[in-house]
Amino acid sequence: MRCSVCGAPAQVEVRRRNQAFCPEHYRAWFVNEVRRNLKRHQMIRKGDRVLVAVSGGKDSLVLWDTLTGLGYRTTGFHIQLGIGDYSKRALAATRAFAEERGLELLVVDVRESFGLTIPQLAQSTGRAACSGCGLSKRYLMNRVAADEGYGVVATGHNLDDEAATLMGNVSRWQTDALVRQGPLLEEREGLARRIKPLYTLTEREVAAYAFLAGIEYQHEECPHAEGAKSLLYKDILNRLETRMPGTKQAFLVQYLKKVQPVLKEGLAGGDVELRRCERCGQVTTGSVCAHCKLWDRAYARAKKRRLLLESRGFDPRPKVDRLKPASEA
Amino acid sequence: MKVILRTPHKEEREIQGPLTVREMLTRLDVDPEGVIVARGRELLTQDTLLNDSDTVEIIRAISGGGL
Repeated sequence: MRCSVCGAPAQVEVRRRNQAFCPEHYRAWFVNEVRRNLKRHQMIRKGDRVLVAVSGGKDSLVLWDTLTGLGYRTTGFHIQLGIGDYSKRALAATRAFAEERGLELLVVDVRESFGLTIPQLAQSTGRAACSGCGLSKRYLMNRVAADEGYGVVATGHNLDDEAATLMGNVSRWQTDALVRQGPLLEEREGLARRIKPLYTLTEREVAAYAFLAGIEYQHEECPHAEGAKSLLYKDILNRLETRMPGTKQAFLVQYLKKVQPVLKEGLAGGDVELRRCERCGQVTTGSVCAHCKLWDRAYARAKKRRLLLESRGFDPRPKVDRLKPASEA
Repeated sequence: MKVILRTPHKEEREIQGPLTVREMLTRLDVDPEGVIVARGRELLTQDTLLNDSDTVEIIRAISGGGL
């Protein structure tokens, strides 16, 4: 197989586009896709400070690499979840990436901030680890962006993530989630703009970019992801993609283009009024936000199990550690 | 040839060549959409012919969570 651009031996085939690329032209094609997504949705605007959510996996590190390569002002944001050695290795990969490139990194350790790790939070609430983990990540991304003055939060969601989410929402006709899904969620009072610049690139394409760019990322899967529904949806979509290249992209992009506008119009007026949480001051729909409610519940049970001192009260303010680039340290 | 599967746990297999990457993945029942295949620092397309002297890695691309 030959590169569609220069005719050299190809290393990556993009079947859905009927193209193949040598390493140099693959990386150029990939970066250009990201640039087009940013431009198409005006994801980053003049003067924006961008907080890149970085787990240490391939998607978030590739996103950070491409955004900095395109010249955007970015800071990484990593959340230490406290999932044993898995979390330690995730931080190590993230720190190494930031240090090698001289990038600023903010780190919040959930246990240092709130007293419990994500597995302990799950134990103390009786909820699945992924449920508390997702809620904590969303809360911390919004909170740290607001506290530190970032108008945009970028996440590494790729085409497979977005198509799998769509399939999950469609399978249960979750209209509230369906109207919100998209590559760009505009800022609202107290909430940073959320962007997903990799949303048209498949997970295989992101992995190929990471490999060719020499990005050292964490390969291992979160131990709590085993049996996750998202993996089942991805498996089903990939089987379709193998038989019919372009299925994943058509499923997502055509939904966003043709179906979502109709759905939004049909549900017009259904916007929920936002207010401030009485406990932490973050934006929410009720009097107390879901994050504060979750941690209050966890504290009550954690104290009974003597995981926390009886005198300790939940303080929703995260403790942010800064890893400055070597040039500024 | 030696095949190292990182899906994501490391596992090694021996497979008789010559055969293409596509044939190798079919034999191992691995969906090509969910992996990248490498020989050293080189990525391989599905039509690449592999010989017995090759060592190739199958790296899983799919993950379940993360930010």
